[in-house]
Amino acid sequence: MSSAPDTFLHVRGLNKSFAAPVLRDFDLTVRVAEVHALVGANGAGKSTLARILAGLLSRDAGEITLLGQPHEPRFRRQAQAAGVTLMLQELNVLPTLSIAENLFLHALPSRFGLVDRQALRAKARAALARVGLGHLDPDTPAAALGVGQQQLVELAAALAEKCRLLILDEPTAALTARETETLFKNIQQLQQQGVSVIYISHRMDELRRICDRVSVLRDGQRVATLPMAEASTPELVKLMAGREMPTHPAPRQRQPGAVALSVQQLCAGAAVQDVSFEVRGGEILGISGLVGAGRTETLRAIFGADRCDGGSITIQGRATNIRQPSDAVAAGLALVPEDRKQHGLLLPQSIRVNGTLAALKNIFIRRDDETSATARLVERLAVKCNSAEQAVSTLSGGNQQKIVIGRWLLPDSKVLLLDEPTRGVDVPAKEAIYKLLRELADDGKAIVIVSSELPELMALCDRIAVMSAGRIVREFLPHEWTPEKLTEAAFRGHLTA
Amino acid sequence: MKKFLHRFRDYAALVLILVALVALFGSLSNHFLTAATFNSVANRIPTLTLVATGMTLVLIIGGIDLSVGSVLALAAAVLGVLLVDWHWPLLLSALAAVAVGVAAGFFNGFVCVKLRVPSFIVTLGTLEMARGLAYLTTNSQTKYLAGKVDALAQPIAGLPITPATLLAVLVVVAAQFMLSRAVIGRKMIAIGTNEAATRLAGIATAPVKVFVFATAGALAGLGAICQSARLGASDPNGGVGLELSAIAAAVIGGTSLSGGKGSVVCTFIGVLIIATLEAGLAQIGASEPVKRLVTGAVIVLAVVADGLRKKSQS
Repeated sequence: MSSAPDTFLHVRGLNKSFAAPVLRDFDLTVRVAEVHALVGANGAGKSTLARILAGLLSRDAGEITLLGQPHEPRFRRQAQAAGVTLMLQELNVLPTLSIAENLFLHALPSRFGLVDRQALRAKARAALARVGLGHLDPDTPAAALGVGQQQLVELAAALAEKCRLLILDEPTAALTARETETLFKNIQQLQQQGVSVIYISHRMDELRRICDRVSVLRDGQRVATLPMAEASTPELVKLMAGREMPTHPAPRQRQPGAVALSVQQLCAGAAVQDVSFEVRGGEILGISGLVGAGRTETLRAIFGADRCDGGSITIQGRATNIRQPSDAVAAGLALVPEDRKQHGLLLPQSIRVNGTLAALKNIFIRRDDETSATARLVERLAVKCNSAEQAVSTLSGGNQQKIVIGRWLLPDSKVLLLDEPTRGVDVPAKEAIYKLLRELADDGKAIVIVSSELPELMALCDRIAVMSAGRIVREFLPHEWTPEKLTEAAFRGHLTA
Repeated sequence: MKKFLHRFRDYAALVLILVALVALFGSLSNHFLTAATFNSVANRIPTLTLVATGMTLVLIIGGIDLSVGSVLALAAAVLGVLLVDWHWPLLLSALAAVAVGVAAGFFNGFVCVKLRVPSFIVTLGTLEMARGLAYLTTNSQTKYLAGKVDALAQPIAGLPITPATLLAVLVVVAAQFMLSRAVIGRKMIAIGTNEAATRLAGIATAPVKVFVFATAGALAGLGAICQSARLGASDPNGGVGLELSAIAAAVIGGTSLSGGKGSVVCTFIGVLIIATLEAGLAQIGASEPVKRLVTGAVIVLAVVADGLRKKSQS
């Protein structure tokens, strides 16, 4: 073996194709006790690599070694036995089982063939304490946990194993700031214990905090590996995209039109309390806040997706009575939901069917119209696909999101509500979405964006409203906002409550 | 054109199974490839075709309708009582039978949508209720129709085709057209694929679902008329287990039980496969237990084969 002595993982000539090649002659070296970042556009091959290492996918060709020993897992447990654990992007928790059962499902402690509840609980408590969830009762059903907590339980399960290489794929997408801190603390501890970590994320600030080196993937190949400290963000973005790209262009001055959407004293359950705001045509309003501040619930209540307990919604000066989403669409609203797979897409159906879903009208389908409308959508949003008849499940996350947004270009929506429109979306697709939103605003549409990424809101919005604990606590204009002020406002509801 | 060929390939596999069955029974029995067999099959299929078409639509929206057999019996009972005891004219009685089916289907759909009860449970309840009502309507007796609706089951101009068969084929064509060319068909497929996403795309899902259940009921009502015509009687015991045959036909035709995918034409071929099996097994003298054994095995085989075919395609 030619690799240096401190090499833990060595990948050479790795190839994997599905319909098209995803990894092509891929090489990678990860050192012992190193936190190694993988960045790249969606579809660059990061997740595929992670899945091959973790035994969830087979390779077509190539060599993988751990400390010089060949690593050829045929399924997940085999990879775990070799010390390689992948924390999945999608959660893998069984909701009806208890936390303890979830943690040790593969090796429940038993006595005389029966589950040894006491031993199970003790083991679970120890594992939970490691990830800062010591206060949880191990008998709680996993369904009772928030998404972030579930993710930490997954991490606890991974750590309960003898782990030598931990692979994290977008781990913080669903975590609160506090949970993210716990995760980072664990990663650093593991590093001190000599564990190597592969960390896949789009979030540069996180990578900078915990990673030693970063490898950039593009179209199934590794195009560069740099020490994290020496890699500037513009440089990384350029490597990912293969061309220069402005990450955050300055906001543009638009002339806002008349009030397009006016929400007054909206209440919905405990999550939304007395929320009022207005958006004008041609204006982009951002809604910032912590996870659980009621932002998603506000959008859903406006759109009629959830019950609304009070308040009024006026669209272009006309009072509305929205009881279900179809009323909202008829009134000129559009919603891009937070979870595109569950709430946005018909995954097995084609781009054409998904792209025209919001524009179905009359009695018969006009196939030619659909085909041409889909072609326009694909072109305008630069959707990467082979054909409009391709199932959207085969697209990358960014391209899927383009379809969910693009769907609303067909009906003449006046107000676009977008919930985390770029979550899990690669950088080039993000830029395409930003460009589209600016164009739509220039066309006079009113846009409301809920996002957890402050740079995104600051780059896009004409105004940012901050929600905290179910209320809008303050609105900021561009000259007023700073990341610190926005963050401080997001916590305000929790300080007074 | 490519799309057409692709579609045809879906049918081709099923047609192949059908042809193989015909060839098999033809070689096993000298009497199978005769006009008499064809007549008997053609006579048996209209009822199952109509009911299975409705079932396919319900399965496509991700629901299930277990009540179709009982609803068919109830509609037949109403038809018999109106014709025989009340001396209503045929057309009105037939309309009333279909209306009974629509009402039952509407009830299923309404409870499903408004009270948020899973369709499996609602229609399981309707299965019992409609059967009970059928017995009450007829006083648990078979009504002999004395040739009042026979015309539906008489061969047309010496051909081995009855008006009932024509009606069934027409319904298949219309339903398939609705699925692939009408906006409501697209909405049905969308609902079956992902109801939450469909709702959030601004589609009112409730009316579509109620429409589909009502259609399934209406088709059970039409099925009742065809069945009564063939038997010359309306039997409150009729249609027992029909829901399972209808599901079987749909599943053989590749309809997904989890919704979002299905073809009425494929279901029709599924009906033909089941009918051919029954007729062929009867011809070679298979006993009732053996018939059931073989039919069950064919259902499983057809679905397994379909799965393998798709895997090899992708």
